[in-house]
Amino acid sequence: MSNALEIKGIAKSYASLRVLEEVTFTVPAGQAIGIVGPNGAGKSTLLSVISGTEKASAGTVLINGRDVTSVGSEDRTRMGIGRTFQIPRPFTNLTVFENALSGATFGAGLKRKAAEDKALEALEIAEMMQYANTPAGQLPLLARKRLELARALATNPSILLLDEIAGGLTEAECDSLVQTISQLRDSGITIVWIEHVVQALTAVVSRLVCLASGTLIADGDPKTVMQSPEVLEVYLGGGIK
Amino acid sequence: MNIVNALIQGVLLGGLFAISALGLSLAFGVLKVVNLAHGQIMTLGAYFSVMTLTSLGMDVWLSILIVVPAMFAIGYVVQRTMLQRALRMGELAPLMITFGFSVIIPNVLISVFTNNKLQIPIGDLAVASIQVSDSISIGVMPLLTLAIAVILIVLLQLFLARTRPGRNMRAAADDPQTLSLMGVNYRNVYAMAMGLAFALAALAGVFFGIRQGGVTPFDGQLTVLFAFEAVIIGGLGSPWGTLAGGIVLGLAQTVAGLFGPELPLLVGNLVFLLVLVLRPTGIVKSKVAS
Repeated sequence: MSNALEIKGIAKSYASLRVLEEVTFTVPAGQAIGIVGPNGAGKSTLLSVISGTEKASAGTVLINGRDVTSVGSEDRTRMGIGRTFQIPRPFTNLTVFENALSGATFGAGLKRKAAEDKALEALEIAEMMQYANTPAGQLPLLARKRLELARALATNPSILLLDEIAGGLTEAECDSLVQTISQLRDSGITIVWIEHVVQALTAVVSRLVCLASGTLIADGDPKTVMQSPEVLEVYLGGGIK
Repeated sequence: MNIVNALIQGVLLGGLFAISALGLSLAFGVLKVVNLAHGQIMTLGAYFSVMTLTSLGMDVWLSILIVVPAMFAIGYVVQRTMLQRALRMGELAPLMITFGFSVIIPNVLISVFTNNKLQIPIGDLAVASIQVSDSISIGVMPLLTLAIAVILIVLLQLFLARTRPGRNMRAAADDPQTLSLMGVNYRNVYAMAMGLAFALAALAGVFFGIRQGGVTPFDGQLTVLFAFEAVIIGGLGSPWGTLAGGIVLGLAQTVAGLFGPELPLLVGNLVFLLVLVLRPTGIVKSKVAS
């Protein structure tokens, strides 16, 4: 199976603050992986480096075998990267449908009718149809999170980067979201999902990567990773042996 | 001039202020750039119009067809080459660049055209009027200016609401980085918005030049003040707000003019200050920028 995503020696610093150090892993096409780690581990920064909204200080990012390290985020989107944000960032001046339409028109590169159909399909998958004509600025939290998903799906991604999309949801809402993301995984989309709700994460992914202080400390099947001494150390502290 | 006539003339003057304010409002609404050189860009547009009148022998309306696209292109290039870089350095850098333009433009105009007033002739239209009663007369040109202001605002609203570039401008006003994740180069969107702002400023400059019987290099110092006041009274980033702000300012100036020739500017400025104190967000809510 070819690799959808290859992260090689990625480092990211803001002045003297090192956020990521020598992070290396690959994601085969169609695989769903989870990224865990304590707050401040560099997880969201890693997604930003992959999606191109942040430039890596060192290392390379390959999408479907192509080096995109110096490629801008808009071009990476057109190459198949879709991304959601931990804190939803809807275009509040646009309706929900217009939000999705932006992704379908420019990200997926579709013409008028095809773009509208794609936007509606994305809203349908994300269960956002009832909000289609609502200004995005008026949405409640769950709907904003789902809009993040719909907008990313409208760009027709082959690789979907999800940033704590289940955070703050009720158990029922979380279950529903897990079902949706599982369907996306089954449709062949490669998924990289940052999540603190580990139960939701492990219901979808077959592999976990753990970051701590910007360094990759574990990579493997979810059970092994969550029981590894290094991961227990960063989550539970040195007192638990 | 009685009070009714003053009110009518105030509304008509508001149309001119609205056209002047439209580009300024758009640039702020989409890019969050306060263009201190807006008045000088208006003046530049008026000079370009004079140049086409004298060198190509065309009338003012035809010259607009050349000046407006040319100023769009200049605005686009200025945004891509200078302001875009400045935006990355924080809010102060673009402010300083536009301040620099506001100094450079009139000085270049003086060195090329001298300080003499250059006419923008419009023939009989300059004096044509509709006599409503003995004391009320409506100038055709001010009426045309108000009508064009309304048409421009409607077109701008339709552009922002119904077209892809307009939708991108509204999205870029919210979050340019997220717009790039939709596959859109937001720098191009910004440049289009600035191009449009320059084009609207140029058009306003021509209308101001017509109203004032010509244009001089330092006209921008006064017109930028009116544009800023109209935008802030109406509400930053709101196209209809510019009309509301323009009309409020126009009414304040013409009604004040009834009590003394030195009062219009002063009262206009006082109304502006009053709105800043009582309703700093303006009287109309922005549709472009929240």
